[in-house]
Amino acid sequence: MRRTNRIVPTYTGDVSGACSALFELGGMVVIHDPSGCNSTYNTHDETRWYNHDSLIFITGLVERDAILGNDEKLVRDVVEAARELQPRFIALCNSPVPFISGTDFRAICKLVERECGIPCFYVRTNGMHDYVVGAGNAFVELARRFVGGASVVPGTCNILGVTPLDLGIAGSDAPLRSFAEESGFFVTSCWAMGSPLDELERAAEAQVNLVVSATGLALARHLRETYGTPYVVGFPVDGFAPRLADAMAVAASSGECQWPCRSSHEGLPHEGALCVGEPVMMGSLARCMEAQDCGAVRVVCPLEAGAELMGSSDLFAEGEEGVEEALRDARLVVADELYAPIIPSSARHVPLPHQALSGRNGWRCAQDPCAMRVADLLA
Amino acid sequence: MLQRLGPSVVSAQDADARSLFPAGLEFNAPVHGTWNIVHIGMLVPESHQIYVCGINCMRGVVLTAAEMGTQDRFSCVVLKEEDITRGTVEQITLDGIRDVLHKLEERGSLPRCVIVFPVCTHLFLGVPMGRVYRKLEAEFPQVDFVRAYMDPISKKRMIPDKRLRKVMYDPLPACEPDERLVVLLGSEFAHRDDSDLVTLLASGGKRLASIHDCVSYDEFKGLARASLFVSVFPNGEYGAAKTAERLGRRHLYLPGTFSYEQVERQERQLCDAAGLPLPDFATERKLCDEALDLAREAIGDAPVAIDAVVHPRPLELAHLLLEHGFNVSEVCLDGVNGEEAVEVDWLREHAPDLQLSSTILPDLRVASRVRDEQTLAIGPKAAWFTGTDRFVNLVYGGGLWGYAGIRAMAGLMVEAWREPKDARDIIPRKGLGCVSCI
Repeated sequence: MRRTNRIVPTYTGDVSGACSALFELGGMVVIHDPSGCNSTYNTHDETRWYNHDSLIFITGLVERDAILGNDEKLVRDVVEAARELQPRFIALCNSPVPFISGTDFRAICKLVERECGIPCFYVRTNGMHDYVVGAGNAFVELARRFVGGASVVPGTCNILGVTPLDLGIAGSDAPLRSFAEESGFFVTSCWAMGSPLDELERAAEAQVNLVVSATGLALARHLRETYGTPYVVGFPVDGFAPRLADAMAVAASSGECQWPCRSSHEGLPHEGALCVGEPVMMGSLARCMEAQDCGAVRVVCPLEAGAELMGSSDLFAEGEEGVEEALRDARLVVADELYAPIIPSSARHVPLPHQALSGRNGWRCAQDPCAMRVADLLA
Repeated sequence: MLQRLGPSVVSAQDADARSLFPAGLEFNAPVHGTWNIVHIGMLVPESHQIYVCGINCMRGVVLTAAEMGTQDRFSCVVLKEEDITRGTVEQITLDGIRDVLHKLEERGSLPRCVIVFPVCTHLFLGVPMGRVYRKLEAEFPQVDFVRAYMDPISKKRMIPDKRLRKVMYDPLPACEPDERLVVLLGSEFAHRDDSDLVTLLASGGKRLASIHDCVSYDEFKGLARASLFVSVFPNGEYGAAKTAERLGRRHLYLPGTFSYEQVERQERQLCDAAGLPLPDFATERKLCDEALDLAREAIGDAPVAIDAVVHPRPLELAHLLLEHGFNVSEVCLDGVNGEEAVEVDWLREHAPDLQLSSTILPDLRVASRVRDEQTLAIGPKAAWFTGTDRFVNLVYGGGLWGYAGIRAMAGLMVEAWREPKDARDIIPRKGLGCVSCI
């Protein structure tokens, strides 16, 4: 049954994804949920919580208010906090119980905004999707609210989908920016690390969007539909970086979207090598591995990511059982170390921490993915 | 002196024990030494926990197990949006738990005890969990199913922690009592050999046991032989009382305290119930005074901040320390434990400027965590809020009890003052006293 995880953890959920996406932007994120489960976002999913203050709160919903539909308390508490803390924006996130009772968040956002004069928007979440969905929705809502039309500036790009959930504790936006600049693109904005909201507001100026994780795909689509900006999907890992840079140049000149991290596998034999996890990072890594005589490398994606990120021989895998089936005949598996119990004993497991799966467990062996060398990883 | 102003701080003279702070949004400080329901459940030997919820709610518990290195005793059933819209939550819950158990059985590791945690969703949809359990018990008669809940939305019903501390002892069977055995229920921590609870019982030929001593499930079930059950932690009282009632035994609630008078009263109660000789209370008090005086000498006039994580009775501790000349400047707590409500009156009169400080209100997220003077924190939350590396790292009393507990606390304060700790590394770790793989 694909709904059960006997031993492998579940991934970070949508609410945490939204919080991670909006963490650095000077806004206030409010999770409408009891104090308990979803407030653990900061414990396992947020590498920045201890050292950086960010206005991420929980409403502490109790059964009486949920049953009686006491939305007034929600509005009052949010408005009071916003008046005191003066955030740049307010984002409200849903959770299972308000989802069940059909709380009208869009109406509540209007009330809050009217009361305190601070932009307020709803991020579609309910605690039952993974972080890709939550972060993606957060980026799109932010863009709808803050990004305005502008003339395109040639030789510029946005970097989309940058959160610690995929970069981990050792990663940061700096090497991604360096990569873009070395590829000939000035970085207009980075969604959302190291860029203040003012920079994100100018995202429509960019000539190309670089999508470095699945969390950035929904925003890339939105910017494509709204402003026509082409996007390129891939992460600049090791030997894949030049290919990605070429794809950015092609996108800039042609205006067409590019998916260099997606597999083609033409002419390559399948030798049982698989990469499990977030499809942009793993797809990019797989292409590097193919260049190092690993044969055709398949991506196994256990996340709710867009199908366009996957090649024809890649696999979506639902739950632990789905991944276990996908790995049945594997000989080489690159995956977070917490997948170890379901990797066949006949296969070689190359552990690669993924914050959105193993959280703090992976910190002791975390590495900056931009600095990762595939030959060292496979050695 | 605190640097911040606002609704999150109140002085003792203005404090209302029934409601210290206004309700509002909450933030979660990165201080995680307290135990959650996963840590507590793991105390049952050979047990396996199964959680049934959406993945965002799952995250905290599933990674607690991973951080403890006990993933092999933890499984989950993932609820999806379509289960709610299609009305299949009950079926998925039943099928999911069955599936986990079949998978464990295939591997030859069907657990003897399964602790099941449905969630707020089950509660709000009215999922008949009793029917789910009846079907599971019919299919897996060799398994004890413990009926827990992870429903933090329930403030009126019973909080999950308190419920778990009751239901985890439901498998204890009816049996004949062993008059020499006294069992502690409902606590995270075993008591040290020098705890008054242990030494008093030993003086009368009795033995104190607890779940912490049990390696096997059979040993755990053997706790039922106790002639007397004792609980010392507020959230453990209900479960201990119910367990004792079900098994036809006596139960004593002897909550940890920093009041000499209450220690004496509780120890008299214990001695009376268990037929023990009374200790020399005057000598015990004198030894406590000496230990506190030594601590005062070592710590001097440094500000002392206390939190409600270190012990359920932080105000009693403040009272004790103030009476012994310490410069207690701040107590970090979000409400007053009813058991020590009277302390607010004492503090109002004797320490009107003492600051009572919330730990969850929104302005604290951006409040200064730097103090003018080096502070001694008693408790990890007080350490984080005061930005100090000199702190007593203890949660929920840590197994300290009685006069020996007071003396041990004085010793820990001196040690903390003299030996700074790596707060960044220690404070965010979950479940103090449990294995931590991070």
